[in-house]
Amino acid sequence: MLRLLLLIYPASFRSEYGALIRTALEQHRRDSPGFLPAAAFWAATIADTFVSASAAHLDILRHDLGYTARTLARSPGFALTAITVAALGIGATAAAMAMLDHVLVRPLPFPDQDRLVKLYEDHQSNGRQWDLAPANYRDWKRLATSFDRAGAFHNISVNLGGNGDPQRLEAAAVTPETFPILDVPVWLGRTFAAEDDRDGAPATAVLSYPLWQSAFGADPSIIGRTVLLDGAPCTIIGVMPRGFYFPTREAQLWTAMRLPPDAFADRTNTFIYGIAKLRRNVPLERAQAELSTIAARLAHEYPAQLAHTGASIIRMRDEVSDKSRLMLKALAGAALCLLIIACTNLANLLLARAMQRSKEIAVRSALGAGRERLIRQILTESLVIAILGGIGGIAIARVALPLLARLVPISLPIAAVPAIDLRILLFSAALTCGTAIAFGVFPAFRSSRPMSLREGGRSGIGGRGERTRSILVVAQVAASMVLLVGCGVLARALWQIQSINPGFQTDNTITLRTTLPMPRYEDRAVREQFYTRVLDSVKQLPGVQNAAYISFLPMTMRGGIWPVEVAGHPQDISSRRTASLRFVTPGFFDTMRIPLISGRDVSESDTFHKHDIAIVSQSFARTFWPGENPIGRHFDFGNADRTVAGVVGDVRVRGLERSSEPQVYLPYKQHDRVAMFYAPKDLVVRTSGAPESLVPAIRRIIREADPEQPVSDVRTLAAIVDEDVAGRAVQVRALAAFTIVALLLAAIGIHGLLSFTISSRTQEIGVRMALGATPAGIVSMTCRTALRLAAIGILFGVPLAYAVTRWLQSLLAGVQPGDALSFGLAIAVCLAACLAGSFRPALAASRVDPAAAIRAE
Amino acid sequence: MHSDLPAAAFHILVSLANEDRHGYAIIQDVAARTKGKLKLSPGTLYRTIQRLLEQGLIAELRHRPDPEFDDERRRYYRITAQGVRAARDEAKRLAQMVKLARASGLMPKEA
Repeated sequence: MLRLLLLIYPASFRSEYGALIRTALEQHRRDSPGFLPAAAFWAATIADTFVSASAAHLDILRHDLGYTARTLARSPGFALTAITVAALGIGATAAAMAMLDHVLVRPLPFPDQDRLVKLYEDHQSNGRQWDLAPANYRDWKRLATSFDRAGAFHNISVNLGGNGDPQRLEAAAVTPETFPILDVPVWLGRTFAAEDDRDGAPATAVLSYPLWQSAFGADPSIIGRTVLLDGAPCTIIGVMPRGFYFPTREAQLWTAMRLPPDAFADRTNTFIYGIAKLRRNVPLERAQAELSTIAARLAHEYPAQLAHTGASIIRMRDEVSDKSRLMLKALAGAALCLLIIACTNLANLLLARAMQRSKEIAVRSALGAGRERLIRQILTESLVIAILGGIGGIAIARVALPLLARLVPISLPIAAVPAIDLRILLFSAALTCGTAIAFGVFPAFRSSRPMSLREGGRSGIGGRGERTRSILVVAQVAASMVLLVGCGVLARALWQIQSINPGFQTDNTITLRTTLPMPRYEDRAVREQFYTRVLDSVKQLPGVQNAAYISFLPMTMRGGIWPVEVAGHPQDISSRRTASLRFVTPGFFDTMRIPLISGRDVSESDTFHKHDIAIVSQSFARTFWPGENPIGRHFDFGNADRTVAGVVGDVRVRGLERSSEPQVYLPYKQHDRVAMFYAPKDLVVRTSGAPESLVPAIRRIIREADPEQPVSDVRTLAAIVDEDVAGRAVQVRALAAFTIVALLLAAIGIHGLLSFTISSRTQEIGVRMALGATPAGIVSMTCRTALRLAAIGILFGVPLAYAVTRWLQSLLAGVQPGDALSFGLAIAVCLAACLAGSFRPALAASRVDPAAAIRAE
Repeated sequence: MHSDLPAAAFHILVSLANEDRHGYAIIQDVAARTKGKLKLSPGTLYRTIQRLLEQGLIAELRHRPDPEFDDERRRYYRITAQGVRAARDEAKRLAQMVKLARASGLMPKEA
């Protein structure tokens, strides 16, 4: 019992005093006979042992820390390198893991978030996740029993007025069930009640925390205040807490969704999204089965409209695209690669240091320091390096995370920048300690092996240590290869995508958005007056070549897809063809430099009362009238029969990487048969010089046309296209940063190994030189060593890298996984880095003085 | 360096002031001097001894003073000159504190 208790003491203390303490304690116990005194003795002894043992441990720790501080201060180069290496490895891994955790793992910030689901129409051939028609939503909700509650919402954007400068906001209109489904307590006031939903009830709005802060100065008495939303008075009833996002993090304000009765008429007019909370203990599959049954029943009831419309349910947490997933996993994989490199590098550094210190350790050992104390001392040193590295790593991660924000898909209701929460801190701590133990224990055991002074005193080192270190270097080269190749193919994929022609020219253009508030602009004449006034004035500005309005610029809105019906092309509803619908003002194609292939542009004379015309894209013409002249053909689109007046080049509406529906452009004066949502709002201006300088003048023109009209999204067309590939670009940059660090570490590793080999082989080199080896020969011998290590590393790295690129294939945009250029470059860069690392040691080797080296022996 | 001598260390130095002792004897001596108020536990004792040894305030004896009572497990300790100085400094410091306490009326003046 006593013996067991004594095990708590540090071994070095125990071996010195354990027996004495036991004797004293045994004597004590003999002095206290009887049950009660014995019990008291044990209680006191156990308590005291814990206290004194931890004090003894602390004594040693303090001692070791002091020693570590002194030894590290004596070799600041080593200390700095080791801490930096640890910080880079830990920082990259912590950042990547925080990202992965944030996007893929961490529960959404809603209570019972695993029961939150989104409801979609399943249009079989046209995609499984369509928004809902209000009538279908209403019936699903009425008939389904799997949900506690179901609600609906849709994204809107509104002009906020009556509060200083007009402001353009992304917002969402939600049904009263939506907030209770999300179940996040309101910060101030209340959320929507059923009354707010009714037609004719006073308009109400709930603010997001950031909007409350920025636009209303965090005014605590905001509740009940009236603002203008799209020109109409609206009462603020609540503020949501910080960190509440719904449906995406862009929404800054919520209004009550009101569906006019006619919105329920057309069951194919889909424009709202469903959200629901599963009943407790109802699995997703059962809810899906129920909803499918309901959808089938509706399809039976309304075969003309819903014959091919099913239902699909997706857990809210899972709304992350496969591509986002893969990108994040690739990032995490790269970070792990870097961590491995950092750890092996550290192990190498510490091993070299332990060997250099073997003499010191032998002396201490001879002076009676036990093995446990030596290992403990070396471990303390590793832990100190790792903890300092860990602190540095968290600092690096904090700086890096905002730069990676583009990798967080906006489809999730979570913050753009992951917070480094307790779990990530714990993860980093585990990483830190793991690293310390991994690279601390190994050298510690090696260098604490009983070694005689004579052996430790010699400068020559046995071949085993060198082989271990060579293996570590090879591992680093192999991991660097994987990173280099991965980075290479992804960079090529990015370039490939960036070189795709979007269908328009991005140079010398500026765009901005003026969303005209309804109902103020519901009258066609009022709208036309606004466009004419703005465009005429803008075209007068010096340096402006042309200017035009469109409903939504390409890549800013991927929807707006309508079915197309062409006489003579009878089509099943399941295979119905679709096209994107946009209204434009005359001169749009010229401003965008979209080529006009045949026919004409829209013109000011295409008025509402004239026959409806349309300009279609080449792919549209090819689809419906292959090999024929499309001009003058009719088709049914956007609630009217339209005649083709012109054909223009295709545009990548959905972004560079995705195929897009054919495009149909309609004259802005022939608008009223389509929802006001499509009223032209994006202004694009082509200039002869730098376009940004015109922004103030354009803003002034808009203010003169309508002082209450906010201007938003001011950016160049090039910026819009860049935005489209921003996630990829960030990923490539992150990988490039990882790769550079990895190469640097590999070079440091090679440098360290060779320096050490050279310094331990001084005599051998001296002898060689005495026997006639030239300095050049010595240099080439050293470089050959480096190249051999590099070659072995590359040999292992190439198949690994190939496996990785195969795994990444869906991200590669057509670049082959075995891309010769990427592999070739990676090999060349690896070899170059290794040679660079061997340069200084080689030089040192060639300067060995044979006489001095031999004399030293 | 030894300006702050822990109470246990001070008691050990006092106990060793006139006589070399082994560990258990120190415990008993301290208990006797303090009329049983301070009973050093073996853990505290040896930890303090270890530190006093490191600081050079006491030394371990190579030869045992009384072979008859000796037991292999017993090690004897002797106060060093440095230890005497440290104990004396600490005593002075404590006396000074007592003086201060008297001056402020916290305790009765010495008869």
